[in-house]
Amino acid sequence: MSSGLYDMSAKDFDKTLDLSAIKPYGDTMNDGKVQLSFTLPVANNDRGMEAARILAKKMGLTEPNVAYARTLDAEFTFYVVYGSCTHTVDYNNIKIQAIEDVSMEMDEVDEYIREHIGRKIVVLGASTGTDAHTVGIDAIMNRKGFAGHYGLERYEMIEALNMGAQVPNEEFLAKAKEINADVLLVSQTVTQKNIHIINLTELIELAEAEGLRSKCVMCCGGARITHELAKELGFDAGFGPGKFANDVATFCVKEMVRRGMK
Amino acid sequence: MASKIGLDQALVDKARASAARVAEDTQRFIDRHTTVAVERTVCRLLGIDGINDVEVPMPNVVVEHLTEKNILADGAALRIGNAMAELGLGPQEIAEGIDRGEIDLAALPLHPDAEIRAALAPAVAATMARIRTNVAKRREYLTEFGDKKGPYIYLIVATGNIYEDITQAKAAAKQGADVIAVIRTTGQSLLDFVPYGATTEGFGGTYATQENFRLMRAALDEVGEEQHRCIRLCNYCSGLCMPEIAAMGALERLDVMLNDALYGILFRDINMQRTIVDQYFSRVINGFAGVIINTGEDNYLTTADAYEEAHTVLASQFLNEQFAVQAGLPEEQMGLGHAFEMDPDLPNAFLYELAQAQMAREIFPKAPLKYMPPTKFMTGNIFRGHVQDALFNMVTILTNQKIHLLGMMTEAIHTPFMSDRALAIENAQYIFRTMADLGEDIEYKKGGIIQSRAAEVLKKAADLLGEIERIGLFATLEKGVFADIKRPLDGGKGLDGVTTKSDRYFNPFIEEMRKEARA
Repeated sequence: MSSGLYDMSAKDFDKTLDLSAIKPYGDTMNDGKVQLSFTLPVANNDRGMEAARILAKKMGLTEPNVAYARTLDAEFTFYVVYGSCTHTVDYNNIKIQAIEDVSMEMDEVDEYIREHIGRKIVVLGASTGTDAHTVGIDAIMNRKGFAGHYGLERYEMIEALNMGAQVPNEEFLAKAKEINADVLLVSQTVTQKNIHIINLTELIELAEAEGLRSKCVMCCGGARITHELAKELGFDAGFGPGKFANDVATFCVKEMVRRGMK
Repeated sequence: MASKIGLDQALVDKARASAARVAEDTQRFIDRHTTVAVERTVCRLLGIDGINDVEVPMPNVVVEHLTEKNILADGAALRIGNAMAELGLGPQEIAEGIDRGEIDLAALPLHPDAEIRAALAPAVAATMARIRTNVAKRREYLTEFGDKKGPYIYLIVATGNIYEDITQAKAAAKQGADVIAVIRTTGQSLLDFVPYGATTEGFGGTYATQENFRLMRAALDEVGEEQHRCIRLCNYCSGLCMPEIAAMGALERLDVMLNDALYGILFRDINMQRTIVDQYFSRVINGFAGVIINTGEDNYLTTADAYEEAHTVLASQFLNEQFAVQAGLPEEQMGLGHAFEMDPDLPNAFLYELAQAQMAREIFPKAPLKYMPPTKFMTGNIFRGHVQDALFNMVTILTNQKIHLLGMMTEAIHTPFMSDRALAIENAQYIFRTMADLGEDIEYKKGGIIQSRAAEVLKKAADLLGEIERIGLFATLEKGVFADIKRPLDGGKGLDGVTTKSDRYFNPFIEEMRKEARA
């Protein structure tokens, strides 16, 4: 195994960039180099090292190099592994349905609302159905926010109401009517047996039956929600991991303006 | 010890005196009121436990009965003690009788206070003895294994399954953790009851239940004995059940409890009257049980700016200190909190963090200060995150912080993997070892950036406390001084659980625990 200081292996692969078959870049085009780390529930010994190597191969890495192995507990070992990825991605033919709006920060959103809507907007959020998790909706709505992004409760121009978890879809929509919500945010964390899809579909159908669908911007979010899935289910947008309150707020206020909601 | 950062002691004294008057003023309100959580706690301490056939905890059954019969103002002790005197039953039997609809506490003739107190005495004494035994056991471990010099490494486990948490906690303890905090499941703070039994399906944590406390305590004692170290157990005594969780912790020998006087009001929108009354009893219990409390000033900085609002952290530390004094909690158990949360893009941010931490150390010399790692500016760039955590570790060792919550490079991504924790411990131990006595060797330049910053923050904190003293704590919270969050006096959750005490009200546990604290 090399010391890692100098890579003396012959580089006989094609070093020209081909966007129809891109690979990870270490220090040479198409070298495919990746780094990964993981823990295996086994003792730190030669057999464990080999297990780490075999696992890396199964992940599609050639010449896996177990750079580091460290005992975490009698039966747990942490590995740092380098290797060359054999897989490629056709970058040219990727289709994504993404939200096009460039996200504004909190102050910019407030300013945008003042300028284009001219009143506080009302946002209602909940984790509906049987889902007991508030973590998603809290990350977006609670003042404290998430990862340094303040929640909607902190926005000066947003009247935000978070109903929490396990809110029946009917109650959620009744509350939306009562407070004249402009925006409905629904979070789904539990996705076992696709329960989130069933619940989100029901919510949209109820909203249409109640005549609310056209009056409100409707978004869903959660660890397994993508914008594409959300659109498919009839929502205006979907927000997955790595999206914060300001991303949600930006989309909602711009969508309100696009729809001419005043 | 001479101040390294040239603190103006007269100003420190002035700030502390203001905070003391705020706490005294608030205490007058506390002394006139009780809450459903306080009374459920009395039930628990009298030995009422378990759930009924629709899974309502028995303390809730009793307190809902008291509320329904409009006798909550008398307190659970008076009414249960009265039933004990009248019926010759134990507290648990009375609770079960209430649940079956066979006992109506309001319908029983009221005995004289002396008879009621005599009926309660054995149950009160049994609980007090159990808690004293726990305190003695902790002391025994500390004598046998010795206490850790330098910072306690504080780690969290949060799998949602108490049995999986135990696996993780044992591994963490073996890797060097001194305090294990078992994270609670999302949303427990807003439940107006404490769930029962072991948790196997929490989200991002487990419920704080007495059974979970017991299971984890046993596991950590086992590792501690194996490793010849004291492994402290920490949980969260906040939300709508503050005193109940304190009671459970005292009964199961927890060592550390998150227990802030204001956190629930600010961050969980719990009514301020409710929290202020609840926090008092919870701190009386924690004080008596030898539990170190951790206050939550670090949270202010997740919403407010750490540089701009640093003085609110100091002001809140003074207030938390004085509320703890009111509850008889010794300084050695006051884990006042703060955090390393300044923007990494701010020039000299490290110097300001150092100033803040050294200032807290000097102003609260005996307190086992709790220092929280960067979270707000952790981005998912795990590599920079590891460096941020290293800088944070340096401040701790330079300024002698005591309860050091380890930063994880995967903060903002997921609850820690076993490996994240191991790398974090390695990072901290490396810095604590190689810089062990650097703090002793450092003097700060007179009038330099660090000294000037400390003077500025202290001045602003003293001014703010003067203002709070003038308008009172409740009005301060209504104005949004802390964490930029405004809370109305009659808003938030749990206000309907607050009641003015009747003339006959008494709480035998507060009386007993305070008596011993003073002795």
